[in-house]
Amino acid sequence: MDKALTRKLIQRLAESMIAAEAELTELDQAIGDGDHGLNMKRGAEAVLAEAESLAEKPTGEAIKAAGMQLVMKVGGASGPLYGTLLMTLGKSWPEELDGKGFSEALTAAVAAVKARGKSDVEQKTMLDVLVPVSEAVAAGKSLAEIRACAEASAAATIPMQAVRGRASFLGERSVGHMDPGARSSQLAIETLCGLLEETS
Amino acid sequence: MSDKVGIVLVSHSPDVAKGAADMVRQMVGSAVPLAHCGGNPDGGLGTDVAKIMGAIEAAWSEAGVALFVDLGGAETNSEMAIEMLPEDRQARVVICNAPLVEGAIMGATEAWGGASLEEVRKTAEELSPA
Repeated sequence: MDKALTRKLIQRLAESMIAAEAELTELDQAIGDGDHGLNMKRGAEAVLAEAESLAEKPTGEAIKAAGMQLVMKVGGASGPLYGTLLMTLGKSWPEELDGKGFSEALTAAVAAVKARGKSDVEQKTMLDVLVPVSEAVAAGKSLAEIRACAEASAAATIPMQAVRGRASFLGERSVGHMDPGARSSQLAIETLCGLLEETS
Repeated sequence: MSDKVGIVLVSHSPDVAKGAADMVRQMVGSAVPLAHCGGNPDGGLGTDVAKIMGAIEAAWSEAGVALFVDLGGAETNSEMAIEMLPEDRQARVVICNAPLVEGAIMGATEAWGGASLEEVRKTAEELSPA
């Protein structure tokens, strides 16, 4: 990936998270501890501050380093979870980027998030978006289809009952709210797809 | 360096971490290596991988270190901190599935008596419903 695209990618992703702070906070206040918006914003700002030096690195290294920033700077569970996603994605990044190589790297990264969170689909978490999206990528779906899959998957967390994280303390009361981690994951995918559509 | 298992408390709140550590200290004195941390990298509520690594270092014992955490992110960030330790230390740090205050006090009491890391963990985890 060229430097300009990497910079733009970081910038767009960071901007979308920063812009969503209030929405993510509101979602998290309903079923969590209300820190998701602020934590994602803190992580986004940390990565944004490093955008220039990240863009100088090979893509895999850059993704790994961005993941490390999230681990060290976010302060909530989303730091190690998104951090693990990016660190594994970067570690698994193919030398010659193609659809298959990207899909395998993404699948490995999502599996690492499952292990880190000791969680899986149907538990009202970010995995409810990441898993179907990685499957859609593996199936060679178009950007529009992937975007739609992310959107439908995030919405599908609304009727779910949380069994992981702090939302699980609420039991049935967690039903009826979209999971904030699912929403932030969807937002990231939407932003990525949008940028890739522009450049392809 | 103490030959007793070290105890680390990790809370979202620096005040909770300090308060719980004060209680542990009063119970077991200074024979047990003890450290605590809380708060996100900006000082707000949350946890911080770097601070957790620092606390493990501060409470380090060749017998190992038992971590006690409060909620979700504290556990995930502690797991992350452990994975970032030198490899020969990773196997000697455990996160106990036990309530922060009661678990740390029970664990520290065991540690004070010279229990192994596994015994400290087991005793502390007896407080959690199976």
